[in-house]
Amino acid sequence: MTFPGGRRALTAVVALVLVVVGGLAWALWPSGHPVRGQDTAITVVDGPADDQHVTLDATFFPPASGGKAPAVLLAHGFGGSKQSVRDLAVRLSQRGYAVLTWSARGFGRSTGEIALNSPDYEVKDVRQLVDWLAKRPEVRLDRAGDPRVGIAGGSYGGAIALMTAAYDSRIDAIAPEITWNDLADALFPDAGGNGPMNGVFKKMWAGIFFSSGGSDLAPDGGLDAASLAGLSGPSGAAKALTPQQVQCGRFLPAICEMYQTVASTGRATPEAISLLRRSSPSSVPDGIRIPTLLIQGQRDSLFPLGQADANARQIAATGAPVEIAWINGGHDGGDSEPDWVFDRTAGWFDRWLKNSPGTTADANGAGTGTGTGSDAFTVSRDGGRDPGTRQTVLVHAAAGGYPGLSGTDKTTVTLSGPEQQVANPPGGSPASISSVPGFGGLLRSSGGLGVSIDVPGQAAAFESAPLAAPAHVTGSPTVQVKVYGTGEATLFAKLYDSSGGPVAVLPSSLVAPFRVTATEAGTPVTVTLPAIDRTFDAGHRMRVVISTTDLGFSTPAAPAVYRIGLASPELTVPADPALITPSTGPAWWTWALPLAAIVAAAAIVLTRRARPARSAGDRPDLADVPLVITGLGKRYSNGEKAVDDLSFRVDKGQVLGLLGPNGAGKTTTMRMLMGLILPDEGEIRIFGHPVVPGAPVLSRLGSFVEGPGFLPHLSGRANLELYWQATGRPAEDSHLEEALEIAGLGAALERAVRTYSQGMRQRLAIAQAMLGLPDLLVLDEPTNGLDPPQIAEMRKVLKAYAQRGRTVIVSSHLLGEVEQTCSHVVVMHRGRLVSEGPVDGLLGSSTPNGSGHRLEDVFLDLIGESR
Amino acid sequence: MSAPASPAAGENTLGYAPGYTPGRTLPLRVEIVRQFRRRRTMAMFALLLALPWVLVVAFQFGPGSNGGNSLRLSDLATAGGLNFAAFALSVSASFLLVVAVALFCGDTVASEANWSSLRYLLAAPIPRDRLLRQKLIVALGYSAAAVTVLPLMALLAGTLAFGWNDIRVPGTGEIIAASDVLPKFALVIGYALVSQLVVAAMAFLLSVSTDSPLGAVGGAVGLVIVSSILQAVEALGSFREFLPTFWNTAWLDALSPQPDYSGMIKGVSVSVTYSVILIAFAFRRFRRKDVVS
Repeated sequence: MTFPGGRRALTAVVALVLVVVGGLAWALWPSGHPVRGQDTAITVVDGPADDQHVTLDATFFPPASGGKAPAVLLAHGFGGSKQSVRDLAVRLSQRGYAVLTWSARGFGRSTGEIALNSPDYEVKDVRQLVDWLAKRPEVRLDRAGDPRVGIAGGSYGGAIALMTAAYDSRIDAIAPEITWNDLADALFPDAGGNGPMNGVFKKMWAGIFFSSGGSDLAPDGGLDAASLAGLSGPSGAAKALTPQQVQCGRFLPAICEMYQTVASTGRATPEAISLLRRSSPSSVPDGIRIPTLLIQGQRDSLFPLGQADANARQIAATGAPVEIAWINGGHDGGDSEPDWVFDRTAGWFDRWLKNSPGTTADANGAGTGTGTGSDAFTVSRDGGRDPGTRQTVLVHAAAGGYPGLSGTDKTTVTLSGPEQQVANPPGGSPASISSVPGFGGLLRSSGGLGVSIDVPGQAAAFESAPLAAPAHVTGSPTVQVKVYGTGEATLFAKLYDSSGGPVAVLPSSLVAPFRVTATEAGTPVTVTLPAIDRTFDAGHRMRVVISTTDLGFSTPAAPAVYRIGLASPELTVPADPALITPSTGPAWWTWALPLAAIVAAAAIVLTRRARPARSAGDRPDLADVPLVITGLGKRYSNGEKAVDDLSFRVDKGQVLGLLGPNGAGKTTTMRMLMGLILPDEGEIRIFGHPVVPGAPVLSRLGSFVEGPGFLPHLSGRANLELYWQATGRPAEDSHLEEALEIAGLGAALERAVRTYSQGMRQRLAIAQAMLGLPDLLVLDEPTNGLDPPQIAEMRKVLKAYAQRGRTVIVSSHLLGEVEQTCSHVVVMHRGRLVSEGPVDGLLGSSTPNGSGHRLEDVFLDLIGESR
Repeated sequence: MSAPASPAAGENTLGYAPGYTPGRTLPLRVEIVRQFRRRRTMAMFALLLALPWVLVVAFQFGPGSNGGNSLRLSDLATAGGLNFAAFALSVSASFLLVVAVALFCGDTVASEANWSSLRYLLAAPIPRDRLLRQKLIVALGYSAAAVTVLPLMALLAGTLAFGWNDIRVPGTGEIIAASDVLPKFALVIGYALVSQLVVAAMAFLLSVSTDSPLGAVGGAVGLVIVSSILQAVEALGSFREFLPTFWNTAWLDALSPQPDYSGMIKGVSVSVTYSVILIAFAFRRFRRKDVVS
């Protein structure tokens, strides 16, 4: 592809490339200071009697900003190690914190056994890490031995943050994520509200929990499908393990024993509950008195939102500031929003560790409880798909206060449905599926909808009428059911969003298990359904399903049949209208860009006007002179002059011959005459009017320059007709038939021009030039391709044309032709005028060497070449 | 051959030939006729009109209905005329319609230069701005016809072949009433038009800059290809939103149960921005360009 004279286009392309490359470089340029962690081994002493020596594998990241900075302890999740949080540590360090990561006892390269964040073990370890931090020169101190320090971490690491905060008053702020308040309650939930002794064993999660800690070879990365896959392999255990080790891995024997007991029976024991509770923040109700940011996952069947709710209530009761965020992800997958969580966590520490020097653990009595900020409660909601990337985007609805799981607003939805019989299958199989712990992401379709399977005959369903208006649910709905039958029934309640389509959606894939003793008269039970945040669209139905099985839970093996009915048709639905999604209007550039473009376009167009400013006015005194050329000059792009200081004049009635060898500048002059190319200097006037591109006076000019130009797919007649119509002039002025007669094409006139011979096109082009009988006719090599009779005809035509007061300019190589046709001659050579005047005068005056009076001789003399 | 008849009194003080008015040169009707009888115009429209029928025949060869469980756009194409039209538009918008629009807008000035007819039009004289304006209007008109005729023919073909049914939304399988979708379908076609405006403007600018019609058409298609490639570079992040092709499929949002127009608004914004500037450059270039073809 060529760009004739396209330096400007080239510039545009280069500019575009520069913009793209610059943008890429900007996007990909490495940013920030490199942060180097210092690996270290910290020896601690713990145990109930403070007699166990444990070496913790730790890494210290000094603050990138240098100087003394607040410290953050970054704890890892279950099955992970200090490597799992390395990236976060680097980011926090770049943000100006001294960060200490460590592998908890029993994980990674640290020694010791897993004690589930027990106050006797892990909490003591972390307190000694705080001692260690207090000795670091990079760490800011509130007083001797008391560093300014916060703790963050997810899941197992979140629990240690809470537990340490409860046992060590030197901690200044914490940001625990997806963690528990009461481990017993998390593993033995009872949605009927009768506590873990009556709870249903969450067997699959518990199994994963204990097995991933049970292997000392658990890969870094925490609880997910990948780590499970790693467990199943022949994980390079070179050393022989004792049966005890095989069974318990790195767990403390007491915990291992407890797990084996409850996992075998599927029921909690008082010992198990007291052991689990000791590792739970719920055991220290007044302990945590510092600013706490609780981040909990909506897709979390291990530690559901209720755990964070309990933490929030417990900590807020002490008067400490608490903020809570429900993120999209959780232990069941979904989007764990790492960037948003990081920003929120770092912001929390910025607020409570960096600034306000008075805010310490001792000063938190002044805290205002929940609802301190405008976004004290944040919920990640589905913001639809990003229209560009087609990926799901999340929006963060925020409210000034956290209302708890019962919401600020309660509505009731009426359910209906008969009493239904449900069977508990022998052995508990096949089981309904809500989520598969550890594989939560796998069950989710691309649309992010939870797929849930209920086994027919095992589930009773109660449905509302289609909703008249959208219903926003934030919190735990409650429903009252009656269970008829005999014996103890283990049941699972779920709230579906049914659109009437083939698949009903189970929000967040959560179920609420409950255990109840069925009676023939019917045992009423109020079931607290899982806490969710969801909008049920208008026209959708709410469907409560009670099933007898769920894959994730331990269910009785004995077959049984119960009847389930509604104790009350009312489903109580909590909502929090204060949650407001920040409105995202159209991005500012959607209107600014087009406006800017229009302004730019106007500038682009208007700064280059069609008419040159130096264009002189009309010269009425020249109105009768067909053509005056004054001082005309045109350079090629290489600077060579194609036409140089050319001046001549053509009067009415003349037939002017423009002569010159190839490259003399004849065609360039003719193009300038037609307004096709712009002269660099001088001017051309036709009937006194200066010639510029599109000058109206060109309507009095008929031209044929450098070959014909027709639309090849149209006939000769159509070409001429359309050409005349394109001039916009009245059809009766065209004198089409006369012109066609000159062309003499006969029947060929109706054929497509592409079938024409060169001569036919030539004649048609001359006819086109004569359309409308212009006052000035310019013909370039008109006789090329014509046969001798046609040339003779053409000669007559041109002469007759000029005799009627019109003017003809002809360029030709055929000097004899010019001699016979023209009255006047202009001779050009190398862009300059060599001679002008009547043909007769030229022939009469110049016979220097006595040769014949032939134009050819004169011409060759003039241009300086002789035969 | 005979000599021409006596000359008309052609002179006037303004220098205009009798009956000549710059504002009446190259009427749209003339330009439409000039372009219409071209083979490439005919062939392109024949292709666009035949494609839906080819697709209909192609679907008849399939392994039959796969139970209606799959919710991809291509599998839902046989669910009804509207589904079929949406499918036809989605498969052709990314390339076929781009080529059609690039052809009509890229060829318009360059082919005149190639035939040498441009210089006679300019010497007629048709003022350069007016020539460009009229040619742009007609080229955009043909482009609009191309973008419109394909989904409309697909609607007709799909309705005859698969019946007039409500639309099934890809992904969720939800049903939207045909009467609700029909106005949105007009919106979709309108958006497809606007999103092709960048291609049209780029082709037009190249058409003004080169004598080679193929170069202009190819250049505009090349722009789309380069833009599509850049679009795949995730590292560009939100820069990609400003690529001219980035929002080309945003019209799918209008057919979902909860229509989201934000992508389409952004797409219109980006498209208009590029187009206005490219067309401005086309006019600027052409105004004082030396026509040497």
